[in-house]
Amino acid sequence: MKVKYLEILTNNILFGLVISLAAFEVGIFINRKTRIPILNPLLIAIALIISFLFAFNIDFDTYNKGGQFINMFLGPSTVVLAVPLYKQLDLLKKNAKAILTGVFVGSFIGIISIIGISYLVGLDASIIKSLVPKSVTTPIGISISSQLGGLVPITVLAIIVTGIIGAVFGPTICKLFKIKDKVAIGVAIGTAAHAVGTSKALELGEIEGAMSSLSIGIAGIMTVIIAPVAYNSAVFIYHMIK
Amino acid sequence: MAQIIRIFLFFMCLINWRETKVKLFREALIILGIYLLGELLSKSLNLPIPGNILGMIILFILLCTKVIKVDNISTVTSFLLDHLSFFFIPAGVGLMASIGIIKSTWWQLLVVCISTTIIMIGVTGIIVQGISRSTKKKNI
Repeated sequence: MKVKYLEILTNNILFGLVISLAAFEVGIFINRKTRIPILNPLLIAIALIISFLFAFNIDFDTYNKGGQFINMFLGPSTVVLAVPLYKQLDLLKKNAKAILTGVFVGSFIGIISIIGISYLVGLDASIIKSLVPKSVTTPIGISISSQLGGLVPITVLAIIVTGIIGAVFGPTICKLFKIKDKVAIGVAIGTAAHAVGTSKALELGEIEGAMSSLSIGIAGIMTVIIAPVAYNSAVFIYHMIK
Repeated sequence: MAQIIRIFLFFMCLINWRETKVKLFREALIILGIYLLGELLSKSLNLPIPGNILGMIILFILLCTKVIKVDNISTVTSFLLDHLSFFFIPAGVGLMASIGIIKSTWWQLLVVCISTTIIMIGVTGIIVQGISRSTKKKNI
């Protein structure tokens, strides 16, 4: 009897939607109360839903009947990322050379170091592919990961964790490398730690925040182009050496 | 008189309400139309760039050339961008299938995330700072 009720509850589209909304609400509540960056609302929501599904023995496909409708919003969300980029256009024009070169070289070295370090610590190819787009904003990262043939959930996790690391340690890392220029701090944090990092950059100051949010879009587009090229050349070099 | 004003106001509200409804649909049409165009281009020309990112580039060009104004798509845009992180939940819940991978490799994943974030912030920051300092010197 009990099992039957559970089946009625889960066997429709609403289940996935309601549990996602509820979990996110709890996530936001905890994050606002504690103000600890590691307790990211999205991370809490995901953890809550996964524990709930495990506890009641519900599989992912059942959840995803509703979940896929939320997932559907990712595509148009990526498209409208053009709007904040356009709003910051004047700022970009003023510092175009510095920003574009910085984001390009930073993203390139970043991807190479992701592939190199992942290989050194012994991660296998499917995980390395998933980690390549970990510094860009999530909707773009998901696209790059599936394009490369990575595991999208691992990418999402890596992107959130990277964002939190960037937000928490970003200012310290900048001090460590003697980066004092406000534009440079903003661009660096936005390139490496997308929107989560940008929230920290906004706390540092207006210029840092604007530069950081501008860099999210630029780094995203550049990584779309750099990622497959860098990954394929890394694989090629690996086979040459072997 | 007051009655007439009230009725007039009521109709104004009604018209406004209808217009905002239509505006939402029009905004959605613009955004989804561009997205669809991006998907079609990406698939039909076999481009290595995903359709949603092509859509973003198309929208950016249309905004720069003033074909579309930010106001034309502002409501749906802020709805999507303000709730962005919520939309990642199903993709994240997909971790259920990969929990074994995370259990066996969590420290490697963490090492990669921390070390590469430090490298990226360092490299990007040093380059931007270097270039903007040199251009400032030229200007002086």
